[in-house]
Amino acid sequence: MSEELLQINGLRAGYGKVEVLRGIDLRVKRGEKVVILGPSGSGKSTLLKCIPYLVRPWSGEIRIDGLTVSPDPAVLRRIRANTGFVFQQYNLFPHMTIIRNVALPLELSKGMSRREAEETAKSVLDMLGLGELAGKYPLELSGGQQQRAAIARALAIDPKLLLLDEPTSALDPELRYEVVETLYQVAKQGRSMLIVTHELDFAEAAADRVVFIDEGQIVEEGDARQVLERPRRERTERFLRRLRSRLGESPSTN
Amino acid sequence: MDISRFLFQILPYLLEGIPVTMQLTLLSFALGLALGAVLAAARVFGSKPLSIISRSYIEFFRGTPLLVQIFFIYFGLPTVGIRLDAFTASVIAIGLNSAAYQAEILRSAIKGIPEEQYLAAESLGMTTVQTYRFIIFPQAIRVATPALVNEFVALIKYTSLASIIGVAELFRRTEYMVSYTFMPEIYLLAAAIYLAICLPTSQFSKMLETRYAIPGYKRALV
Repeated sequence: MSEELLQINGLRAGYGKVEVLRGIDLRVKRGEKVVILGPSGSGKSTLLKCIPYLVRPWSGEIRIDGLTVSPDPAVLRRIRANTGFVFQQYNLFPHMTIIRNVALPLELSKGMSRREAEETAKSVLDMLGLGELAGKYPLELSGGQQQRAAIARALAIDPKLLLLDEPTSALDPELRYEVVETLYQVAKQGRSMLIVTHELDFAEAAADRVVFIDEGQIVEEGDARQVLERPRRERTERFLRRLRSRLGESPSTN
Repeated sequence: MDISRFLFQILPYLLEGIPVTMQLTLLSFALGLALGAVLAAARVFGSKPLSIISRSYIEFFRGTPLLVQIFFIYFGLPTVGIRLDAFTASVIAIGLNSAAYQAEILRSAIKGIPEEQYLAAESLGMTTVQTYRFIIFPQAIRVATPALVNEFVALIKYTSLASIIGVAELFRRTEYMVSYTFMPEIYLLAAAIYLAICLPTSQFSKMLETRYAIPGYKRALV
């Protein structure tokens, strides 16, 4: 078993004629937590979405746990069983209760019985302190609760790699806290995580590595402490300075 | 107006038209829903040619008068050897017409479900079929319900056009009574009967909406 869980080589992607990712190489080791930083429109979210093929790359190679991502449905099924995705806007299914949100994917893609799936779902919800909300519908919950439920849904399929796309950016400051707490909790469990976020405190405390992306390319990457405190590139430093000076203001939604 | 004549002759005669009106409505609505679903599917999932065929159908039936369509099917089709009785011809004409509107209702309901719902389902390993069956359709049908009931109510009234080719539904009977008694106030009576059918149907729609509303949805919109 290779030490590297995720390998990305020469990834290019875009929308229409606009190239958003201009040749990305990235590695994530087993158990590693990697935070991706970068300004709006730098391609962070696209990069994350390319991994389980939610956005189709133009070229390049993505390997997860030794399996190369391709449009073949059988391959995609295995890739998506190995990757959990948490969206900026939670994207829970509004017509289902929280427990059904978490259990249904287990029934459909893992072939569990309804009972088995709901037991698994309940235990994941309990673990994240959401047990009491199991019977509620997503739109009856606060944004923070919805996002935590979305994290539970992604975790329930027991993915090797958890992908989080700005999980706190859509939330009011007072709701972000509970989601960040949940992120810490998940990070402690040893699962590999690739997180796009502007939560610098979280990056500093929980990330093994920080990758800074700008204009579709990796500008700098390295040990979390080093990149956040002593960035080598001027662009990284400027970005971090801007981000820190914004603290206390309302968070950017992107 | 002679009350007893009204109560025992005119009113019962009109009321006998209600079952016919309702049969016309229900059958043509069902035909419209079935065909509308096929047309919507052709536009949403179909290849380019299928989508164009579906679109042309919709534009044709929405762009020509229902009355012309009824006449065409009842009087026009016999020239190519298809002879239908007036009731069947009406059901088919109104159903084909309604299919165009219902297709658009269903299509826009499906299209109205945000892209993010598809992404979430995909990211959880659902197949395309599973995504539509468990995620998209259950939400789309809720979106479509008020408009579908609205279409149903519209059909109740459109079926009065079937009177022109001789179907003895509510309005045909009204006209007959008016010409027989020379009492045009019977038209008002007919209007009241249509209203008495349509109002509860609209109420039923409100009940359906409340019953199947997505919990928290109203609050989320505020």
